[in-house]
Amino acid sequence: MDWVNALVQGTLLGGLYALFAAALSLIFGVMRLVNIAHGDFIVLAAYLGLTVVMSTGLHPLLALSLVVPMMAGFGYALQRGILNQTLGDDILPPLLVTFGLSVILQNLFLEGYTADPQKMDAGLLETASVSLGSLSLGILPLLTFAIAVAVIAGLQFVFYRTALGRAFRAVSDNQEIAQLMGLNKRHIFGLAMALALAVTAVAGVLLGIRTSFDPTSGGARLIYGFEAVIIGGLGNLWGTLAGGVILGVAQTIGAKIDPGFQLLAGHIAFLLVLAVRPNGLFPRVSG
Amino acid sequence: MSAQTHTVSRISQAAKIASVVGAIVLIILVAAPWWAGRADLRLMGELFLYLALASLWNLMAGYAGLVSVGQQAYVGFGGYILFALTIFGGLPPVVAIAGAALLGALIAIPVAALIFRLRGAYFAIGTWVIAEVFRLSFAQLSVLGGGSGSSLPVDIVRSLASSRSGRESLAYWMALGAAVLVITVIYLFLRSRRGLALTAIRDNELAASSLGIDIWRTKFVVYVVTGALTSMLGALIFLQKLRISPDAAFSVNDWTAFVIFIVVIGGIGTIEGPIIGTLIFFALRETLADLGTTYLIVLGVVAIVVMLKAPKGVWGLLRERYDLQLFPLGYRVQQDRKTTD
Repeated sequence: MDWVNALVQGTLLGGLYALFAAALSLIFGVMRLVNIAHGDFIVLAAYLGLTVVMSTGLHPLLALSLVVPMMAGFGYALQRGILNQTLGDDILPPLLVTFGLSVILQNLFLEGYTADPQKMDAGLLETASVSLGSLSLGILPLLTFAIAVAVIAGLQFVFYRTALGRAFRAVSDNQEIAQLMGLNKRHIFGLAMALALAVTAVAGVLLGIRTSFDPTSGGARLIYGFEAVIIGGLGNLWGTLAGGVILGVAQTIGAKIDPGFQLLAGHIAFLLVLAVRPNGLFPRVSG
Repeated sequence: MSAQTHTVSRISQAAKIASVVGAIVLIILVAAPWWAGRADLRLMGELFLYLALASLWNLMAGYAGLVSVGQQAYVGFGGYILFALTIFGGLPPVVAIAGAALLGALIAIPVAALIFRLRGAYFAIGTWVIAEVFRLSFAQLSVLGGGSGSSLPVDIVRSLASSRSGRESLAYWMALGAAVLVITVIYLFLRSRRGLALTAIRDNELAASSLGIDIWRTKFVVYVVTGALTSMLGALIFLQKLRISPDAAFSVNDWTAFVIFIVVIGGIGTIEGPIIGTLIFFALRETLADLGTTYLIVLGVVAIVVMLKAPKGVWGLLRERYDLQLFPLGYRVQQDRKTTD
């Protein structure tokens, strides 16, 4: 029964990892940008959530109503102000600029919030649970997983059913022709980053409710998100959710074997997938 | 007679002067234990180790297009191997340093086979995953202190040299020697046939491949050689520190972020760039280090501005303006002055 429990908890944890990964996947899909600072953006959202909660007394989930637009606005400005200049054939500039951003953000967190771990208090939500047979499922992990499914379904809808999604796919396929058709790619990229950071805002606040975080927490979150993307297969959002679940399950099973083995087990699962199926488990069929 | 109006040379006037100046500077540096104070000696030793790390990262990112944010994997690996081989293997530290290089190459082979499946920027994050796997694995080894780390026993430290000043001089010379070795290896490599292939790949991967260059193999060799030398540097670094812990050994800030900033600011894709970058980095650090986190923010901002406004770095700007190349890698065609009048 313990193992079933580990399996279920890991699956629910995978929802959070899929949220870390969804924005990464979106950005890469639209503009071939791999954002090294992504983990620090997640932590930024958590700190923003913390600040909103402390200054307004709102519940962390309600604080999202402020954190999401703030992060989206930040994303648009960042893309138009800096990141658009780095895009091109050379992969070095975006990589190094986002790496620089990562170091800047971490040190800004240190100055603003000290190195002490912080956590958001969500009251009853953190401890409430429902019983399912002999399993006890926390409401927060269940809610996180449901949000992850909803966010991915929403992104899927935006991508394939709306004019904005058509613009995303157009600039992704061919930037020059998309420009000729009257799309402003700089603006589209800005919107993509805004959408990605809106998702990141949700991920960051949920992270901040679930566990404590500190200025250096970003690196590990970037890695989890990245692993979920690669395990699931590039360019496949539902695959990313599956990748997150596999990673989460590997970690909880690893922790079950030996607590010190938790993170290592996740990385090993990733390396195994990379060795056996380098394109991920569910690569998008390119036609 | 067009054949007589041009001359092809490999070594420019500037390179000749630079080699003479370089030799003189090197002699002065070798003699540093007799003229420099203890603190300066230590600082210069650290500078040389960073110079070597930056030169190696530049070889990977600037020439082979392998942008790694996980070189701390090899720095930490080399450090731990030094501790393991001296404490449990009973080897003298100098032999253990060579052992670290050898084992670094051995471990780099399967790692390369695995992460070369990832392209471009995903390769970068893949290297970081590898570094995390190394860190978590060494944190599991309770014989080496687990998560809290361990210190190098006093008798091993004493075996280097009996007096403190002797040890400090030795550590300095090893750091200087490592930097000279790394830069020489890179220089000779780039002048060799394989180095030419590497430069071709850097300039145009598709064209290089159509000329029959085996891209995977060339990059693989670069990755493994870099892994070996970075492990050697890791062993040297932790021989100076005398204490190792997983967080210090596999620190992404110390062994990768600073190194990347050095290369970007100095000028990526040139041998001279990391040298200038290291000097600028240490000048900034010595003047701004009291500011703590602000210093790192300034460093990040400088790196971003350089990347956006002068992607070839400080050396790139100088080279464009004065047509300089201090390490003669290419050939230069010049018109003879007499006949062009």
